[in-house]
Amino acid sequence: MHELSIAQGIVDIVRQYVPERQGPRVASVRVRIGRLSGVVPDSLEFCFGAIVAGTPYESARLQIERVPTICECADCAKRFETQDPVFLCPSCGGGNVRLVSGTELQVVDLELAESSAEQP
Amino acid sequence: MSVITIERKVLEKNDQIARQNRELFQQHHVFVFNIVSSPGAGKTSILERTLEELKGSLRIAVVEGDVQTDFDAQRVARYDVPVVQIVTHGGCHLEAGLVRDALDRLELTGLDLLVIENVGNLVCPANYDLGEALKVVVLSTTEGDDKPLKYPTMFRNAAVLIINKVDLLPYVNCDLARLRRNALQINPGLRVFETSCTTKAGIAEWCDWLREQVSRQK
Repeated sequence: MHELSIAQGIVDIVRQYVPERQGPRVASVRVRIGRLSGVVPDSLEFCFGAIVAGTPYESARLQIERVPTICECADCAKRFETQDPVFLCPSCGGGNVRLVSGTELQVVDLELAESSAEQP
Repeated sequence: MSVITIERKVLEKNDQIARQNRELFQQHHVFVFNIVSSPGAGKTSILERTLEELKGSLRIAVVEGDVQTDFDAQRVARYDVPVVQIVTHGGCHLEAGLVRDALDRLELTGLDLLVIENVGNLVCPANYDLGEALKVVVLSTTEGDDKPLKYPTMFRNAAVLIINKVDLLPYVNCDLARLRRNALQINPGLRVFETSCTTKAGIAEWCDWLREQVSRQK
């Protein structure tokens, strides 16, 4: 259950771009989560919601982009997606494989609500 | 609607503190490893056997991470080495900032080896760099030989695997060759040790390797 500290990290980053007081409302925050990042999207959404509840960021929805595990074979240069914990090249069967993507844990961007007039 | 581009790592703050910790360790020529496992695999027991073996020749300190209690720190303190306990109060892993705070209570000058014992958990600690030179993952034979496939990220991020409780092999359903194969499939670069803290099998070999790492740091 480290999603709580990950969610806190996301909110901390958002706070640096949109001030807590008198800032525009945040409509959504887009994050990129690799399949190997060890983060459970449902838990992350839950934790994010719990952290922003009752704060100026309450309106923000978390949009999660899942990144597949992509590997590249160091021997035959074949690129492939895998869901297996063991990375084996489907082309030459080799295990000398480099990870291209799948460990991402990033805040991509955030979207501001139409106008700050919506603020109470 | 306006969009603000961010493109930043969520764990950047942790990673930044980890870099500072690492620099501090390098300045003091201290070899630091982060020992991880599921609860009960034998991290603290391995640490005790290691302290018995190395205490006479190396200056060692320990940072203990636990969800509750300072039981492990008490166990380690019996070996008369400096130990700092971090209680996470429910937190499932150590973060670089917690380690940095613990360092305020430790004298790094003159130290050869610092061991950071993480919270027992094979999932969350895999993602948090603490500033260590490497991660050591402990897996006990009672946990089964399929663990590396079930928790691949931890085994991929570790440099060393200690297979502990090998004295129990006759009594448990664990195929040592399969365990090794599974682990090495996930991470071909893993350095593997087989130990028993009861019979002390493999402890000398592990400690020799540690001595080598310490002398490289000097």
